[in-house]
Amino acid sequence: MTDRTEIDALIDQMAKLPGLGPRSARRAVLHLIRKRALLLQPLADAMQQVARSARECLNCGNVGTAEICPICADARRANGQICVVEDVADLWAMERSGVFKGRYHVLGGTLSALDNVGPEELRIPQLVSRIDGETISEVILALNATVDGQTTAHYIADQLETRVELTSLAQGVPIGGELDYLDDGTITAALNARKRV
Amino acid sequence: MDWRDTGILLSARRHGETSAILEVFTATHGRHMGVLRGGTSRKIAPSLQPGAQLDLTWRARLEDHMGAWTVEPQRSRAASAMSDRLSLAGLNAVVALLSFCLPEREAHPALYARTESLLDLLAERDLWPLAYMRWEMALLDEMGFGLDLSACAVTGTNEPLDYVSPRTGRAVSAFGAGDWVARLLPLPPVMLGRGTAPDAEILDALRTTGHFLENRLAPALGDRPLPAARGLFLDRLARQSN
Repeated sequence: MTDRTEIDALIDQMAKLPGLGPRSARRAVLHLIRKRALLLQPLADAMQQVARSARECLNCGNVGTAEICPICADARRANGQICVVEDVADLWAMERSGVFKGRYHVLGGTLSALDNVGPEELRIPQLVSRIDGETISEVILALNATVDGQTTAHYIADQLETRVELTSLAQGVPIGGELDYLDDGTITAALNARKRV
Repeated sequence: MDWRDTGILLSARRHGETSAILEVFTATHGRHMGVLRGGTSRKIAPSLQPGAQLDLTWRARLEDHMGAWTVEPQRSRAASAMSDRLSLAGLNAVVALLSFCLPEREAHPALYARTESLLDLLAERDLWPLAYMRWEMALLDEMGFGLDLSACAVTGTNEPLDYVSPRTGRAVSAFGAGDWVARLLPLPPVMLGRGTAPDAEILDALRTTGHFLENRLAPALGDRPLPAARGLFLDRLARQSN
């Protein structure tokens, strides 16, 4: 009876994860129990370790296991560029591309008038102090192409435009995209940002 | 229960993992909410930006249920606004004020028509501030706090009107103002449809309408603070007009 309750508790916790519901959580837990030595124990150990050591980087807001994340600690990445992203997931997406060689700043969200999220709720003051404290030549605003994302970008631009060069990601046709399937807003942005070939 | 209408998207909030709660402003059903299943999908989510014009079908078992939407995007307005700071601030102010002021499920067809025209002007930098000021006056009017600028509240005449009474919203002439001048709000010519409508006058006009939004309308709606988006738009306009 006790075992059953603990397994139920595990299923309940797993069902709270994104992409999982009660049924899929039950399947996952059953799979873990069947492969206890191979999966469950290593997973439990890894989760315990992360639970003990995971923290936000004091400098950029990235998630890591030390007070300063590996990106901020790497002297080769101090190239004078800071890429501002909304969320850690966006930072990971940028890192997957392997193109950007500078450092990041994670805001932790976007300004939202409807949800009462103001600059103080985000890590904008920390960004401003980083510009003053580090040798920064360019800030790249890699925020989502949404109304909230661009409102935040404009707000940051207001704060920084006299201190540092500001750039933002281009907007337009995605690689592999077909014009017929694009919304009119994307086509407008792509046309406005057309380039000479 | 079901109906079909076109509407302006005010907000889209994530609901669970795949759905979104859409708040829209329609001509015949006013401000209305509902769930859009699959509203966070990569296909539809980019079209669900505030200000978007949508073809909507609303269905529910009972009228007082939240109901579910079927949505077809007609045109996006965010794309034209995103690259311009003033337009984007204006778009944010309009949707935030509508969301703040309008009671749910109460039709305001005249205000809807004005809002649609206003949002269609978003890309017109020269026209937008004046159109926005007129829209805000119309919003006050529609909410029952309209300004009466037809004649002086003190003398009853049409002599040059220079002020607005902060209490009644009626125009006051310089002669009628007398010793009360310091307590009255400015009435720039642009509010009377006169002059060339410079940004400085529009800003004065918005400070006057802001007084009534903040001190008359907001208390009537439960004394919530006005949306910060309006203040940010005014800041932006002030900065660009300097």
